[in-house]
Amino acid sequence: MDEHTSKRLAALMSDNRETILKQWTASVRDTLRGRLTTTELDRQFEELYDALQAALDADVTEIDSPGAADLLSLLADLSRSRARHGFTATETATSVFSIKEALFDVLDDKQARGLADHAAFSRFLDKLGLFTFETYVNARDAIITEQAEQLLELSTPVVKLWDGVVAVPLIGTLDSARSQVAMERLLQALVDTGSPYAILDITGVPAVDTQVAQHILKTVIAAQLMGAQCIISGIRPQIAQTIVSLGIEFGDIVTKANLSDALQYVLRRKGVDLAGPSATSPAVGT
Amino acid sequence: MDRVPILSLRDVLLVSIQVDLEDQLAVRLQEDLAERIVATGAHGVIIDITALDIVDSFVGRTLATIASVSRVLDADTVVVGMRPAVAITLVELGLPLHGIRTALNVDLGLDMLQQTRLSAGADRETDVVEASPDVSAPQPVPR
Repeated sequence: MDEHTSKRLAALMSDNRETILKQWTASVRDTLRGRLTTTELDRQFEELYDALQAALDADVTEIDSPGAADLLSLLADLSRSRARHGFTATETATSVFSIKEALFDVLDDKQARGLADHAAFSRFLDKLGLFTFETYVNARDAIITEQAEQLLELSTPVVKLWDGVVAVPLIGTLDSARSQVAMERLLQALVDTGSPYAILDITGVPAVDTQVAQHILKTVIAAQLMGAQCIISGIRPQIAQTIVSLGIEFGDIVTKANLSDALQYVLRRKGVDLAGPSATSPAVGT
Repeated sequence: MDRVPILSLRDVLLVSIQVDLEDQLAVRLQEDLAERIVATGAHGVIIDITALDIVDSFVGRTLATIASVSRVLDADTVVVGMRPAVAITLVELGLPLHGIRTALNVDLGLDMLQQTRLSAGADRETDVVEASPDVSAPQPVPR
């Protein structure tokens, strides 16, 4: 795009500001189907329009030239907010592309020079559109990464149940990354607290397949290597059946149906006296 | 040539491995430890591997050998302070460290040794207790 073309386009934009803006917002508003208020959309597009016009006025032909910085930051903000609000990539990109049609309608000279101008304008807009798309994808990626990290954070607390007994309630589907984190947290907690007993509670794990079982087994064996005993609790009936039908061997690892049984087992092992029917009856017998 | 220091704590020998165990060092440690067990009459050996970043099959075998040698000399061996990362690596590699007892830290290791000593001592005592009624029981009968 040469200097004259961009000047002519800027002039065209400033002359037909209202018409173009109106048609542009109207065409975009349809695709957004009322998920963004009219005032907000108008405000966004007015800013964008002015920045675009200013950029053309300043002979910006490449989007990486310094004159386009304002325009790009506006576009980046727009696509980031669209990504956060759950708009699709097409909806976001269309916001930028649809100004082309609006501009074409107001071309007074639809002959050779006007068409050439419009083609140049289109090329520039295409670059802007691609930039928007890229920012949108990056914003989406950032959101996904952030959420995955939050999920990892909140899903693996290590709880101290008794002096020398820690428990890890596992919740949600276990994949390699999550079980790795859970494993490291548990083992680190064993070292930090010096607890010789750990209870791995899988009440919140919806399904156990061979891979999940493998991860749990590894954790238990690693804890044993470090000199702690690990008990698995919270095995639901269906999961017990799955484990058996998959042929998974838990070997000599202690498994209990629920957390309270596991805690009781550990306390017995530790030699803590439990006042209760099961604990008193042998005493009565002797 | 470095040596791994061996500390005597009452009737327990404490070995803290601070550097990577090389062939020479491992062999020397085995020899030193066997000599010290005999010299001090220790009944337990605690090997602290808190400082070890890597435990490979060689270190694992060395620890197992030390445990067997000590066992022959009537001393129990407990390996303490294995790091989580080390344990995870060992599990991933499928090295189960057979014949080695482990505890989380030196404190728990001492507890473990004491418990084994107590139960072993209790066994011996019950043997004696069981033997004495046998001796004393026939005595009242003739009276």
